Amino acid sequence: MADEGFNWLNPFASIDLGIASWADGIKQWAISNREMIQPIKRFFETVIVGIESALQATPPMAMLVVLVLIAWQAAGRRGAIVVGACLVILGLLAPEAWGLAMTTLAIVVASVILCVLIGLPLGVLAGKSDRFEGFIRPVLDTMQTIPAFVYLVPVVMMIGIGNVSGVIVTIIFALPPLVRLTSLGIRGVNPSVVEAARAFGASPGQILRKVELPLATPTILAGLNQTIMLSLSMVVIASMISVKGLGNEVLRAMGRLDAGKAIVGGLGIVMLAIVLDRITQGLGRSGRDRGHRHWWETGPVGLITAMFKKTT
Amino acid sequence: MADAREDVIRCEGIWKIFGDRSRQAMEAVRSKGLSKKDIREEFDCVVGVQDASFSVGRGEIFCIMGLSGSGKSTLIRHINRLIEPTSGTVFIEGQNVNAMNAETLRKLRAEKIGMVFQAMALMPHRTVRDNVAFSLEVRGVSETERAKVAAKAIDMVDLTGWDRKYPDELSGGMQQRVGLARALAADPTILLMDEPFSALDPLIRRQLQGTFMELSAELHKTTIFITHDLDEAIRIGDRIAIMKDGVLVQIGTPEEIVTQPADDYVADFVAGISKLDLVTAARIMQPFAAYVQAQGPQETGGWPVGKPEMNLNELVDLAVGTDHPILIAAEGQPVGVVTKRALLRGIQGRDEERAA
Repeated sequence: MADEGFNWLNPFASIDLGIASWADGIKQWAISNREMIQPIKRFFETVIVGIESALQATPPMAMLVVLVLIAWQAAGRRGAIVVGACLVILGLLAPEAWGLAMTTLAIVVASVILCVLIGLPLGVLAGKSDRFEGFIRPVLDTMQTIPAFVYLVPVVMMIGIGNVSGVIVTIIFALPPLVRLTSLGIRGVNPSVVEAARAFGASPGQILRKVELPLATPTILAGLNQTIMLSLSMVVIASMISVKGLGNEVLRAMGRLDAGKAIVGGLGIVMLAIVLDRITQGLGRSGRDRGHRHWWETGPVGLITAMFKKTT
Repeated sequence: MADAREDVIRCEGIWKIFGDRSRQAMEAVRSKGLSKKDIREEFDCVVGVQDASFSVGRGEIFCIMGLSGSGKSTLIRHINRLIEPTSGTVFIEGQNVNAMNAETLRKLRAEKIGMVFQAMALMPHRTVRDNVAFSLEVRGVSETERAKVAAKAIDMVDLTGWDRKYPDELSGGMQQRVGLARALAADPTILLMDEPFSALDPLIRRQLQGTFMELSAELHKTTIFITHDLDEAIRIGDRIAIMKDGVLVQIGTPEEIVTQPADDYVADFVAGISKLDLVTAARIMQPFAAYVQAQGPQETGGWPVGKPEMNLNELVDLAVGTDHPILIAAEGQPVGVVTKRALLRGIQGRDEERAA
């Protein structure tokens, strides 16, 4: 092609800006400067390992009871029954299914914790400042539109394969709804209520803590729910960079056309998704739905406090 | 009364121009005296408040009356600096509010000013008690002290027993009672009432006006009360300011507003207002000496006797029992005479001399 000279009808074939080799150079730089990224990597590693070993160390029955109690507290009796049933099905899928599910859960929990730490402040900032919202919106759009495979490569290049990359990739994918819905929630707070708070001498920090965040909570929790669901959907893709767990089962089943593994992995993910969805959706219920009772007045905690009240 | 008065709130030349180029517009107004229309056309700015100056004495209820869009809600928000004026200054007890830093301003708002809003603006996630105690909570008052003060304020507006409820469990009238309690809780010097009763139905509105007037008679708060209802302004206000298109057209007592409207706009407003409770005998009576001069010496023994500060309603009560004119006496001395004719003209709202 090159010896044909420049062709006006197909100019692109003869122009080479060398972006690929330029990117290669970055890769070389990243490889030779691995130590710089090591502290970040080690931090992520400790968080993930800590969560996973805690989840794996808990006996499945104890874990099941704890999750059902959490669901009962957050989503009421019906939610607890659904969560209990899903967990039992998950455990019965295969002898190793529970352990795999805990590995996946550890990745999801680590990603979601980091998403909240990053996303909540960004969301609040975006809700407060039109300028920051204008800046962050296209960034979030980009994060959501880029196919995951595209940023898989650079992340692996910088950090290498493994759980840390898996969590970072998951954060990129799952962060946007939390930021968006936090901003939306803050913006949706009735301005006259905020004005009243100002008129009674509240400082901007007090307005945020005592008025805006509490009133935006249902919307923020809807965002949290979306973030959790997205991070769960990322586990299959993340298993391509050697993240263990249920996603890895699905991936291996794809390679070998192993229907058994595929069903264990796939159904396991679905069960986990239902469990997490029930619990977080329950959290988002407004005070009015609960009949204006505080969370400690309902569910298992409510039973215990009621018992204490009777004895005293 | 005017001499002994101590000004709690004083506004000097408040201008508020909305828009991106409000500063330039203000400059142009100062140098060239542009009209509102010029400002809109030249600078794409809207004038919210135009050169408003007034002062409110301690314990006085000052009503600002105007139609919607006349800038009265904008004006009241300058008092606690929820809105920054484009030009002009607000003084509260001699302190320049516009020169305060954020910390001092917050302290002023929490301790000295209570505000009631048309939209109630209660916090839906807080109980009635926590709503009422908000300004105390913001200042860091202890939990037990807050509970005590809130209970007192809730009792003042007759809502005892509702303190653990949430705002959406209350009716509109009760919600505004909570708003009133919240404004009173910190025992502020100043009450700002931004159309507090406009969103309520007439019966509840009267009830709440009653509650408010009882409370203000008891507590003597310096009050700025905004309303679009002249009846309400006359019933509540010690003085009334009529606002039109951002300008304070007339400031005066209810009687002055009704009997000596400054222009046709005010006159139109007060045309429908009953004069029975506003016009006093002193305004319609003929001086006793002039009456005697015109009619000759009178045997006034059988005449009903009234006082100069009696209103038309009371004069009518005196007049129905007799055919004689009413003798107006102050400290035992006859000062004037109200004839039947003058009384009827007074009820009509016309002066006897002009009508005759």
